[in-house]
Amino acid sequence: MRIFHYWYALWGIVFRELLRFVKQKERFLSALVRPLVWLFVFAAGFRAALGIAIIPPYETYILYEVYITPGLIGMIQLFNGMQSSLSMVYDREMGSMRILLVSPLPRWFLLASKLLAGVFVSILQVYVFLGVAWFYEIQAPLEGYLWLLPALLLTGLMLGALGLLLSSFIKQLENFAGVMNFVIFPMFFMSTALYPLWKLQESSEWLYKLAEYNPFSQAVEFLRFALYGQFNQMAFCYTAVAFVLFFLLAIIGYNPSKGMMQRKGR
Amino acid sequence: MSDIALEVVNLSFAYGKKQVLHDLSFQVKRGQCCILLGPNGAGKSTLFSLITRLYAYRQGEINLAGFNIKKKPLKALGKLGVVFQQTTLDLDLTVQQNLRYHAALQGIGRKKANANIQEQLERLGMYERRAELVRQLNGGHRRRVEIARALLHKPSVLLLDEPTVGLDVPSRESIVQHVHQLVQETDLAVLWATHLLDEVYSTDKLVVIHQGRLQAQGTREDIMCKAGVDNLNDAFFNLTQGKS
Repeated sequence: MRIFHYWYALWGIVFRELLRFVKQKERFLSALVRPLVWLFVFAAGFRAALGIAIIPPYETYILYEVYITPGLIGMIQLFNGMQSSLSMVYDREMGSMRILLVSPLPRWFLLASKLLAGVFVSILQVYVFLGVAWFYEIQAPLEGYLWLLPALLLTGLMLGALGLLLSSFIKQLENFAGVMNFVIFPMFFMSTALYPLWKLQESSEWLYKLAEYNPFSQAVEFLRFALYGQFNQMAFCYTAVAFVLFFLLAIIGYNPSKGMMQRKGR
Repeated sequence: MSDIALEVVNLSFAYGKKQVLHDLSFQVKRGQCCILLGPNGAGKSTLFSLITRLYAYRQGEINLAGFNIKKKPLKALGKLGVVFQQTTLDLDLTVQQNLRYHAALQGIGRKKANANIQEQLERLGMYERRAELVRQLNGGHRRRVEIARALLHKPSVLLLDEPTVGLDVPSRESIVQHVHQLVQETDLAVLWATHLLDEVYSTDKLVVIHQGRLQAQGTREDIMCKAGVDNLNDAFFNLTQGKS
């Protein structure tokens, strides 16, 4: 039965990604240490410098650590998306990507499965991070942790699809440093992950506009509201549309007749 | 059921303006081992990328076990097993984990996958090593695992893109012998790209390409006759370097 074929393949791809993740302990550790350093060091240092007014979804004054936690969750998923993209470029250079692409399944399905596998890994990382943050007394309402799950799925898919799209353009592994400089850092710093929009508006109008339309900002806001049991419709729509757009472009990028693979002759 | 397992008809391909394959046509029958001979840069790997649908062609046709690769790509790919020139195993996973991953991609359930893995690994004398990490295997053993993987889903056509490059002589001989034995015992069709003439058996069909053009095809005798010499080395030289 065809449907079983899809199920076996999806499970096979997800399981392989989880196996690789478990075996690469350094990857897990660095994925966890990065946001924790931001939380324990950066946020603690900036607590006094940056006052946060009462803004939704928060109902009272909050500590800066509380404000940046959803931003750091977004950071985990952003880096995970880029890590997956890096591993796609690596797989393509090493050839194992070919094994995936010559499977008798539609390419969109193979890419979607690969994407989903990466998202599951990022969700694991996020909950471990939130567990550590809990002991640091960064605590959201309990139901918020449940509402966060579907939100993480969507934001993870959007950021993973961005990584997938980039991987269809990146020719060699060495070019990945460029992605760090031109994609990850601008996306992260020009967003609401570290400072709210009104703070950005105070300092620069154009920076405010860039941050507002940055898909990463919308993903972070979607996560922020979800963590407090609220639904941010605008952020949801923006993130969903960005996901569909990035994913469609990635499929074109990996299409044998239209995509970059053929033009590059790899 | 047709006797033809792989059919390439008037195939041409270019990377941008650089023409790599020119009007290439040949067939491989069931139970036949076809050696694709050509020097480096002849277009062998490009041809493999077209047969595996990693690239899409605009001129010509490729049919796999009766399915056109453009019109019925999924059915055609389901009939295909491939060993690429580069190792495509995940080094950090075990032999069995690598094979199970491939079985899942081919839509084979766990129980059947385990049975097929055992059958293929035993045939290659690798079953005892199934729990080892691929990283711990030498080049020859990794190749064996890749051949086992390519055969897991019982394909009609097996593509081997220079699988013995970089291997020591005993490993090379063992792989050449194993593949020829498979062809004799089953109705598997094999397309084996190489530039090493000692891998050719007298029963093999030969297809010689140079700079993307078909130079000759047929038995060893046909090739030698066409080149006007009495040994395969000279024939290969005349048909390739001699024409550069």
